[in-house]
Amino acid sequence: MNVVTPFEGIGASLRRKEDFRFLQGRGQYTDDINRPGQTHAVMLRSPHAHATIDRIDTAAARAMPGVKAIFTGPDMAAESIGGIPCGWQIHNKDGSPMAEPMHPALALGKVRHVGDPVAVVIAETRSQARDAAEAIVVDYTPLPAVSGTEAALAPGAPQLHEGAPGNLCYDWHIGDKAAQEAAFARAARVVKFETTNNRLVPNAMEPRVAIGDFDSFSGDYTLYTTSQNPHVIRLLMGAFVLHIPESKLRVVAPDVGGGFGSKIYHYAEEAIVTWAAGKVKRPVKWTCERSESFVSDAHGRDHVSTAELALDEQGKILGLKVHTLANMGAYLSTFAPCVPTYLYATLLSGVYSTPVIYAEVKAVFTNTVPVDAYRGAGRPEATYLLERLMDVAAAEAGIDKVEFRRRNFIRPDQFPYQTPVALQYDSGNYHATLDACLETAGWAGFEARRAEAKARGKLRGIGISTYVEACGIAPSAVVGSLGARAGLYEVGVIRVHPTGSVTVLTGAHSHGQGHETTFAQLVAEKLGVPTANVDIVHGDTAKVPFGMGTYGSRSLAVGGSAMDKAMDKIIAKGKRIAAHLMEASVEDIEFERGTFRVAGTDKTKSLTDISLAAYVPHNYPIEEIEPGLEETAFYDPKNFTYPGGCHICEVEIDPDTGHVEVVNFTAVDDVGRVINPMIVEGQVQGGVAQGIGQALLEAAIYDPSGQLISGSFMDYTMPRAGDLPDVGVATHTTLCTHNPLGVKGCGEVGAIGSPPAVMNAVVDALRDYGVRHVEMPATPQKIWGIVNAHRLAAE
Amino acid sequence: MPQVTLTVNGTKHTVEVEARTLLVETLREQLRLTGTHVGCDTSQCGACVVHMGGDSVKSCTILAVQCDGSEITTIEGLAAADGTLHPMQEAFREYHALQCGFCTPGMVMSAIDLVNKHPDGMSEKEIREGLEGNLCRCTGYHNIVKAIAAAQDVMHGRVKELARAAAE
Repeated sequence: MNVVTPFEGIGASLRRKEDFRFLQGRGQYTDDINRPGQTHAVMLRSPHAHATIDRIDTAAARAMPGVKAIFTGPDMAAESIGGIPCGWQIHNKDGSPMAEPMHPALALGKVRHVGDPVAVVIAETRSQARDAAEAIVVDYTPLPAVSGTEAALAPGAPQLHEGAPGNLCYDWHIGDKAAQEAAFARAARVVKFETTNNRLVPNAMEPRVAIGDFDSFSGDYTLYTTSQNPHVIRLLMGAFVLHIPESKLRVVAPDVGGGFGSKIYHYAEEAIVTWAAGKVKRPVKWTCERSESFVSDAHGRDHVSTAELALDEQGKILGLKVHTLANMGAYLSTFAPCVPTYLYATLLSGVYSTPVIYAEVKAVFTNTVPVDAYRGAGRPEATYLLERLMDVAAAEAGIDKVEFRRRNFIRPDQFPYQTPVALQYDSGNYHATLDACLETAGWAGFEARRAEAKARGKLRGIGISTYVEACGIAPSAVVGSLGARAGLYEVGVIRVHPTGSVTVLTGAHSHGQGHETTFAQLVAEKLGVPTANVDIVHGDTAKVPFGMGTYGSRSLAVGGSAMDKAMDKIIAKGKRIAAHLMEASVEDIEFERGTFRVAGTDKTKSLTDISLAAYVPHNYPIEEIEPGLEETAFYDPKNFTYPGGCHICEVEIDPDTGHVEVVNFTAVDDVGRVINPMIVEGQVQGGVAQGIGQALLEAAIYDPSGQLISGSFMDYTMPRAGDLPDVGVATHTTLCTHNPLGVKGCGEVGAIGSPPAVMNAVVDALRDYGVRHVEMPATPQKIWGIVNAHRLAAE
Repeated sequence: MPQVTLTVNGTKHTVEVEARTLLVETLREQLRLTGTHVGCDTSQCGACVVHMGGDSVKSCTILAVQCDGSEITTIEGLAAADGTLHPMQEAFREYHALQCGFCTPGMVMSAIDLVNKHPDGMSEKEIREGLEGNLCRCTGYHNIVKAIAAAQDVMHGRVKELARAAAE
């Protein structure tokens, strides 16, 4: 029975429902699942960045204890297993499609990055599989390799794919080149800025796992996998790789330990274990080790860019020109091509009323792990480029950096605002988030803090970033016209049970976002059902009709809107039932938080009265209304959503060690309507931590031969508690105008807004050293080098 | 194969293990206590932290045979029989100190040991430094630090009830 409880609807910082199981070790992550009769798979991976495979000798390995089977690329090719597909097709400037080389699940004749899987060993235990993998002999002939983004296009660079001459994946552009050139011709000043956006390894704490299961009786396959979007995996793997109809393939993504983008994609190992389960007629489980994750999970970022900004005499922006090289890695991961194009170049207007923009993007293949979307995906790269550029431009124009931004902001009265790079921002108030952030961060009093730090021998700096992003992806027709090979709607099912409890099926997937709580709050708000009586089901294609999963801060804006639409249908049907039961006309029935009322009377029926009548239809208009109370809605968004805001960072640099300490961080974000403020705050703090990580600590570094130098937690600097500050988070809301909840999304804003705020602070701290720019990550080694070079020069 | 006897969460188990079997493998695969997680292979992430004889250990870095005869507590053994959460578990929930939950068991076990070893209490800076051996990718640690700061007051008996988080 539904009883009145403390307020748990929209705006309540409800403590999370899912925490009870996570805090007691009762979560069920993929590696916690063990199927009866399960075997274990270990991947043999290439130690070379680029090599031909001359011979694979598995004879000794096959004879080892416990080994059930060993498969290689030719074994899969012999059964016409398809390549790992790419979900987005970009077209070149001349209209031709991008180069899209075959990506075999297991290497065929050639390996193209360290970690490229060459063979799979299936054995009774994991140790046996590991031992046998070591006994496989592979004869490689190493080939010259290329790992650098710029080096890939150099004449004479080693070539990765026959179908991609010059290692070029695509040469794409957006915007009006002639208008940009005209704007630059009348500019009083053109500011040029070049930068590299460092390659990152997402490193969700849960390594990837995949378990393939085959039911010989029914012929059904099941894949348990660490995925952010099980339906998409079913579609891609079933239709393009293994040729299994959806009706015979179930994909389950249970509790997933973080994703940040890296678990969106369809990975080779998923196809390998599913296919192999059918071959050995036993379940096959693969658990990734962290060292393997570093060389097999899709990486993020890795752009090399040049931006030029044209200004008039008053410091108004006349135009922007950008040239970017983006590293795709060795093969195209699922959404890789859209990241440096439609998630990056379309954001180059930022929060500014830049009248003309022209951007060229070339994507290249290199002998490195594939690169794809990582928290923010394209938008952090755009924001970093713009917000560093704004500081450089303000300094060169001799204008205060805050005033320079304000002068060029899109004003609140300009919404909806059409940018010159395709997007139309529906709402925002950049002046308001800026003012709130300046106030909270104590911007006005900074110089006193700088002086106080100087007295302690520290270099203190302050940095600001004002940003907008596009998320809540995405309108299907729009993304389809831009090259997406899928729709990007979401599905919600509301099942009101006979006694009034509710099950929600959603195609969104939670891997830390707290959907079980936030989505239950939507139901509490609209249907008046206590959250304790609302169960959120996700992550299983056998339970949820369809879905596109969670990425691009889309769960609430798209998935929540689908639920809202389904609840509208529940209420509409409920009204008809209530009208019958209370002998009134449907038009006279009002509904508010669980109660149907005949308008202007005290005649009421609860939602439970209605659901009971719907499932026990004794007194029921059975000729007119079907029994049951369950509704499904597909929601396709009308536009992207546009969260934005302001981040301010203060750092202190120890000139003797080069260590940069973040001493204050303030974020004021407009994420639209906030359902659970506690969860929003946590999402922003986590995103900011990843942004600070990118700015100060993290880098995936390849040597010229294609070996990943920072390939473990011993080498790749993950942010630890002692590296990070308290992160102050506030929100300032303008509502999204085109979804029913008014929500925009909060999952990525932290990682998008923060890196330039940190780096602007670092450069500000070093202002007496004549530093114009410092590349990320601002490691102690790098900063000490700058300080020391200055000291030497001064001597 | 070697045989080891472990008392895990108060229950005595005798299991056969390979000499190379890690404690975490015995816990997860033989005893099916899957609350303890493995997040890396270099002893860096701390997702696998359990208590052995009351001290935190990384169960991925100790062989099962080294634990013969010891008392082990895992995340599954923290809450009272009636379901009442340990103050640290309660604080993590109250302060939203977990998101995906994967690092959480190790983080909670480390945090309890950290508090136990600092009877005079820790500043937030000391808590941050004390978490050196545990990685979290979701929270940015902000709320984890707040949770531990609040839990230590309950664990040391300075307050009867956990201080509520600011978020209402």
